[in-house]
Amino acid sequence: MYTRPLEISSLSKVFETPAGRFTAIKDFNARIAPDEFVALLGHSGCGKSTVLAIVAGLQEATLGGVIIDGTEISGPGLDRALVFQSPSLLPWMSALDNVLLAVRQSHPKLPLSAQRDLAVRYLNLVGAGEYMRQMPAELSQGTQQRVAIARAFSQEPRFLLLDEPFGMLDSMTRADLQDLLLRLWRQSPKTVLLVTHDVDEALYLCDRIILMTDGPEARVGMDLRVTLARPRSRQGLLDDPEYFRLRGVVFKYLELHSRQFRKEAA
Amino acid sequence: MKSRLVAMSYSLVGVLLVCGVWALLSSVVAPDLPSPLKTWEESRLYILSPWEKRGEMDQGILRMAAYSLVRVAKGFLLAIMIGAPLGFLLGSSPVFHRMFDPTIQVLRPISPLAWLPLGLILFRQSEPAALFTIALCSMWPTVINTASGVRSIPQDYLNVARVLRLSRWKKFTNVWLPATLPYLFTGFRLSLGIAWLVIVAAEMLTGTPGVGGFLWQEYNSLIYSHILLCILTIGIVGFVLDRLMGMAEARLRSV
Ligand SMILES: Nc1ncnc2c1ncn2[C@@H]1O[C@H](COP(=O)(O)OP(=O)(O)O)[C@@H](O)[C@H]1O
Ligand SMILES: [Mg+2]
Repeated sequence: MYTRPLEISSLSKVFETPAGRFTAIKDFNARIAPDEFVALLGHSGCGKSTVLAIVAGLQEATLGGVIIDGTEISGPGLDRALVFQSPSLLPWMSALDNVLLAVRQSHPKLPLSAQRDLAVRYLNLVGAGEYMRQMPAELSQGTQQRVAIARAFSQEPRFLLLDEPFGMLDSMTRADLQDLLLRLWRQSPKTVLLVTHDVDEALYLCDRIILMTDGPEARVGMDLRVTLARPRSRQGLLDDPEYFRLRGVVFKYLELHSRQFRKEAA
Repeated sequence: MKSRLVAMSYSLVGVLLVCGVWALLSSVVAPDLPSPLKTWEESRLYILSPWEKRGEMDQGILRMAAYSLVRVAKGFLLAIMIGAPLGFLLGSSPVFHRMFDPTIQVLRPISPLAWLPLGLILFRQSEPAALFTIALCSMWPTVINTASGVRSIPQDYLNVARVLRLSRWKKFTNVWLPATLPYLFTGFRLSLGIAWLVIVAAEMLTGTPGVGGFLWQEYNSLIYSHILLCILTIGIVGFVLDRLMGMAEARLRSV
């Protein structure tokens, strides 16, 4: 069992743009405990994806870094699975082959048949088993994202990093996939970092919400514990005054910051 | 079905009109230009027994075209064997691109007529010189299309490869190659077109048997109708090649 938190320590990110240096993130600090489900929430463009990409190892921090088990990460690793905003299945492979690619990388020692069984098992878990022979283009966006979630979980990673994974879906499908994500997380607990700008999604899914200030020089503005008992139900939350209190806190924060942002921009 | 018939009859009318202009030109303006009828009569031996070999430079038109096609195939294969890897290198490494792109831009517009003498000096034989010329002239579309294909691989797919820690080879076979394949084939198609264009020049200068060699010989023997026969053959073969490549390309895009 892992005991040490994932640490994001004094993280800064500067982009060199044609218009000059742009400090997107400045001195961002956070600690995420093992198996904690954390949302990273903020206005569009504040730097959520950038933080997530740095944790994933896809981008390099300009200053500071990400520490796992006392070691600073340097690049991507199979211990961190990623679900992207857009369905990023490789379009020239069937759903099964997409998942199988991840299984082969994360479980290289397993015999081929066991790798296949594992991939099929995760496709069934996300409810995409019947589509496994189909190509991504033949699947609805919701099903594509299911397969992407199966790919991430089949890696059996320690950390799950999600960048607005349900942003492109209609609200019914989104609710289904949120429930799916919760179910999978309960079955095989792991540390989850979910980037979102949907307040209700963050409250329904997460243990904690890290609210970012607006960029440039974005950092942690508020660290909010979601004190709602699990298991949660959408219906149940609507009867819970605590839910509305938290919702109020978050919306107030977001409104204040968007106002500040507008003032600065004006 | 009906619209297809209509389309075909339109093309037929077009061909007849061109033949009419041709006949008019030969009878009114250019008396040295054989008329369509004369061209047919003097060429029928070559067309009706297309596979016959009567002598080194006196063979059926299909046989001649086949010689040329084999030569083009060799030169084309050489071109894509060099061009595709070069394109992958150029597309994947900005340093490599900066280093060699200017050279490539300078080499690209050089005519086969300029390369051929160099090939003859280098190889001292006409056949390798011809292949050298075809390959050098025709590889550039493959190089350039492959490179731009690699550069336009969506970042999402590259990120998948990085997150899954694919090895270089797996990254190549699972992401780069399939993502670039449509561009690669566009390059192949254009390259093949150029290879076929170059063949005539190469054969004319080296005097090897083939449609181009035959054309040049008949020009020297003042049998002008055979020049027209060769021109038509070159056009038709080129058209068929392009169609075949186009079909292969369309098939590729549909999977
Ligand atoms: N590669 C880049 N070059 C320059 N600026 C960038 C780059 N990536 C992101 N940015 C800028 O950094 C800020 C944060 O972007 P991002 O992390 O995508 O925000 P979010 O995910 O919260 O919407 C934005 O202002 C964006 O324009
Ligand atoms: Mg984003």
